[in-house]
Amino acid sequence: MITITLKLFATLSRFMPEKKENELPGIPRQIKIPHNSTLSDLIILLKIPADEVKLCYVNGVYQEINYRLQENDEVGIFPPIGGG
Amino acid sequence: MWFIRINMTDQTYKLEPVPQEYQYFAGRGLTSKLVASEVPPMAHPLGPNNKLVFSTGFVTGTSAPTSARMSVGAKSPLTHGIKEANVGSTFPPEFSKMHIKALIVEGQPADKNKYWGITLAWDEAEGKPVIEFFDASEYKGQDLYEMFPKVYGKFGDKISIASFGNAAEFSYGNSGIVFNDLEKRPSRYAGRGGLGAVMASKKLKLIILKAKGAPGVEIKNKDLFESGRKKMVDALMSHAITKPKGGLNSYGTAVLVNILNEAGGLPTRNFSSGRFEGAPKIAGEAIFENNKTRTGKEVYNHACSPGCIIRCSNTYYKPNGEEHVSCIEYESGWALGANCGIDDLDKVAEMVRLCNAYGLDTIETGTSIGVAMEAGVLEFGDADGSLALIHKIGHGEDIGRIVGAGTGPAGQTLGVTRVPAVKGQGMPAYEPRAVKGIGITYATTTMGADHTAGYTIAPEILGVMGKQDPLSNEGKAGLSQAFQATTAFIDSSGHCLFIAFAILDIPDGYQGMIDEVNGVLGTNWTADDILEHGKEILRIERDFNAAAGIGKEANRVPEFMKYEPLPPHNQTFDIPDEVLDSVYGDL
Repeated sequence: MITITLKLFATLSRFMPEKKENELPGIPRQIKIPHNSTLSDLIILLKIPADEVKLCYVNGVYQEINYRLQENDEVGIFPPIGGG
Repeated sequence: MWFIRINMTDQTYKLEPVPQEYQYFAGRGLTSKLVASEVPPMAHPLGPNNKLVFSTGFVTGTSAPTSARMSVGAKSPLTHGIKEANVGSTFPPEFSKMHIKALIVEGQPADKNKYWGITLAWDEAEGKPVIEFFDASEYKGQDLYEMFPKVYGKFGDKISIASFGNAAEFSYGNSGIVFNDLEKRPSRYAGRGGLGAVMASKKLKLIILKAKGAPGVEIKNKDLFESGRKKMVDALMSHAITKPKGGLNSYGTAVLVNILNEAGGLPTRNFSSGRFEGAPKIAGEAIFENNKTRTGKEVYNHACSPGCIIRCSNTYYKPNGEEHVSCIEYESGWALGANCGIDDLDKVAEMVRLCNAYGLDTIETGTSIGVAMEAGVLEFGDADGSLALIHKIGHGEDIGRIVGAGTGPAGQTLGVTRVPAVKGQGMPAYEPRAVKGIGITYATTTMGADHTAGYTIAPEILGVMGKQDPLSNEGKAGLSQAFQATTAFIDSSGHCLFIAFAILDIPDGYQGMIDEVNGVLGTNWTADDILEHGKEILRIERDFNAAAGIGKEANRVPEFMKYEPLPPHNQTFDIPDEVLDSVYGDL
């Protein structure tokens, strides 16, 4: 297993494991996941429907979902959003 | 269709038929073409020779969705170049329905102590607009939240209002023109570049619209218009960002706080970092969660103007469940929050409310306070000090007069080297060193630092129209130019720029916009034609700026961004000058 820091934003925050009452989306949580997991594996593990995921950032950089996660990676997952 | 010229020197007006050369311009295209043609480039922005122009877009006032926008243009007292700012309100569609193509405010009265108002109504007997002048001096110096109900009380509920607050009366470079929202709040702004001060310099405190009986917008080809409108509705109703209960309707524009923070591009503490540890506390999600706790229900956002499908404007509630303010936009919450090192959302909400009360641009206020913090006037993170400073700005007290002048002038006066401004105007909520394309837009746009002028954030951060690497320079000059030209057309169409999220991903929606415009005008414009129309507007604006002494040498980001690496990516802004020059050189 490896440890990553996970942040789920906007509508995806409901998929945060053991989400606490009134916990703000975007507050980081450390979780353990299997070695060699990709972002896609993580999304399945969290039971997030694939079509709700638009963007994944790892350590501040956008990554495709076949990206293989490393120990201590910081992962942020977003649904489609816009603003300005 | 008419041009209405308001002469403030002698308080007279005249209606003119629209000259042929202006027939196919509207919104930003029309305000910029008129300013460029009629304002001497070296005129003082607050003097008698500047002109303030209001114009709605091609489809404003029709049933086209999300199209209740108006452009306001003049020479800017902040950038000293051409300026266009646009706004959504009930005002624009009512204006269009009276067959007014442009309202041009000229001259200046000799009496500097008296303010005027005008009522602009539809004369059914004559079949044309009619204007009456009145003494509006009683509204001078008033909090806009107190003034608006008085104006409605006197002129009736069915009016639309354009006005300005204290900030404009002090001639600040940071002063907007305020319009009413659907709930009669003084909360919708043509905010940027000090246009409020231009209106105040004309001593025109109030424009009151009464469109009752007006005939509505003429549509030359109704079938084509209707087909285009349906395509636009379908695009907006189906795209995940713009649809009901989608990203914008649920969380508002402030949903961007977290993603820019994640991407390392959220300017923090006066552009000294791209990450703010307090970001989740001031984000759209926090607004939504606080509202849910405080009102006992999920609160979705409302429309700023009639006929909007996207409905992105939020209302923020106090702990006791009473309304605090509408609206905390992404830019506002960032400028007064992360940029000042403040993570207390209730304090940020109060700062936004004060900006609305005094008629200040929230972006410029936050970036100006940021440079004041840099100068040691107050500490980063000092929310109460910031609130006190906004009161000083609003009342014209001591250092408030300096900070109210805007980011560039305030930074210069306070001796700050880290001044995040282009052409004097404060940068919005995206860091050029972490998102290179938007830096090119900030540097080169005719408007001074302005994200809306060429919103490359869509592909660079949000994955709209594909996904591009924000840290890469590759192809970004062309990307910025294409966005700037397309935006100049959207700003002329009458649509809100946020339709771009849907129509850049859905080609039928893009064609829908073209069909709507062709339907109204009876033209046969193609996608190439509208891009060329956008470029023509940019050339007009570029040439005015050059004649005003703001040539390509002004199209640069501030120097500190070239030598200070920005955490967390530790990048500088490294786009060569000749690449920046190509954006407008190749138009």
